[in-house]
Amino acid sequence: MSILVIAEHDNSSLKPATLNSVTAAQAIGGDIDILVIGSDCQGAAEQAAQVAGISKVLVADNAAYGHQLAENVAPLIAEVGAAYSHLLATATTTAKNILPRAAALLDVQAISEISAVVSADTFKRPIYAGNVIATVQSTDAIKVLTVRGTAFDAAPADGGSAAIEAVASAHNAGKSEFKGEEVAKSDRPELTAAKIVVSGGRGMGNGDNFSMIYSIADKLGAGVGASRAAVDAGFVPNDMQVGQTGKIVAPDLYVAVGISGAIQHLAGMKDSKVIVAINKDEEAPIFSVADYGLVADLFTALPELDTAL
Amino acid sequence: MKVLVAVKRVVDYNVKVRPKSDGSDVDLANVKMSINPFCEIAVEEAVRLAEKGIATEVVAVSVGTKQCQEQLRTALALGADRAILVETDESLEPLAIAKCLKAVCDEESPDLILMGKQAIDGDNNQTGQMLSALLGCSQATFASELSVDDGKAVVIREVDGGLQTLELSLPAIVTSDLRLNEPRYASLPNIMKAKRKPLDVKTPDDLGVAIAPRVTLLGVELPAERQAGIKVEDVAMLVDKLKNEAKVI
Repeated sequence: MSILVIAEHDNSSLKPATLNSVTAAQAIGGDIDILVIGSDCQGAAEQAAQVAGISKVLVADNAAYGHQLAENVAPLIAEVGAAYSHLLATATTTAKNILPRAAALLDVQAISEISAVVSADTFKRPIYAGNVIATVQSTDAIKVLTVRGTAFDAAPADGGSAAIEAVASAHNAGKSEFKGEEVAKSDRPELTAAKIVVSGGRGMGNGDNFSMIYSIADKLGAGVGASRAAVDAGFVPNDMQVGQTGKIVAPDLYVAVGISGAIQHLAGMKDSKVIVAINKDEEAPIFSVADYGLVADLFTALPELDTAL
Repeated sequence: MKVLVAVKRVVDYNVKVRPKSDGSDVDLANVKMSINPFCEIAVEEAVRLAEKGIATEVVAVSVGTKQCQEQLRTALALGADRAILVETDESLEPLAIAKCLKAVCDEESPDLILMGKQAIDGDNNQTGQMLSALLGCSQATFASELSVDDGKAVVIREVDGGLQTLELSLPAIVTSDLRLNEPRYASLPNIMKAKRKPLDVKTPDDLGVAIAPRVTLLGVELPAERQAGIKVEDVAMLVDKLKNEAKVI
């Protein structure tokens, strides 16, 4: 078995999401290489070489790869990946955009968001918004898999010293162009990597009231999330959405404030170790998954909690 | 400009599916079926392009059983001009669907292909990207805003860090995220009118496409249930439990 993990990175550094795929690769078993595709991405490649248990790091460094455009990156993954038995990437929006395209170029039926490795060709994955877990077996010669990050622990980021090899191949389809991005700048930990997450829902009433959540989150060193209802109502930006169609999180502590607990939202956080729900409606479905439920008006409970911390 | 919009027939989003008693698959007997919500958003976007005079024709396409005609009629009632069903009773994977859609695109030569970012049954999130690879065209997934002008599509995408803007040369594939638009309801006159709009039926064989599955479903199960915990009296008790019992803060 030879496994290629596609790195998630921002060119200068490797993102922790990559480490979850490395653990999934170890569960499959075999030689593991990491492919870093980017522009001026030597920094990310050097960090990838430090990851424990990696045989080698392949680096495709080209201006055309700078913004991870699928039309340019997918042909490279298909080209390099053809020599491997498994291609893996953690299911971020980048990987979800690129990997199916690479799979189609290889004429492979990809398997999305695996949550467990049963054997080298058999995997578990959630379907129907996590209401059912399917066990599926691939008959393709190459397995192309995205990995649900919360289902696999992060592999150690250091301890390795893999050789770094350059991949010369350049693909520039010239079909799409990066025009810009609005990246939310925050000192708080990234949602999917945070040990504690505090999320607000429609019950927050408006965006300004989220300041109560931010204050508590900062005292706990927590990331801040939101339900789809809060995002749709325009209280907070979309990248904060926790749920089946937003981010999937599994922190040590998840605090849901003013969130009723729609299936859509539960699918994104129910694997958290400890769940706290604060809601004034004692019938809210969120209480059925909460370890600690507090039936209270959040406008009195949050200031009290802030003071108590 | 011709717009092709793909729609999938799926279990209605309000239905909570359960495994069959033998655990071989999910139980879909007598379950309400609907148009996939993300596909509905794609149809709405196509119809809005037509209303703005940008799209001259909107063609709705589905791949699946004969019953998919119901969802195509829904797309027609929402404003699509005509529909094509690639009919088969085989179970379909994203790659097979993408190959059928590729064959339809070869016949129809659309300038823009709109699709949902994922279907709420398999949660694969693959078909748009795969179709784009097979057509060798540009792609923008997770779209929250789309404008088309002068042979180019400008798309704002919802990505993990925030929002990204791409400019695509046409033909292009754009897959919808939740916030692209809010779909309208079909009016009764439009539902009646949709019954008379053209709906062509083809088969994968007609299109020369092999759809044999590559992935075998070995079984399905319910996820581990989470037990409800306790209710705490007040904030002080909550903080105490988190510190001393759960030891997470």
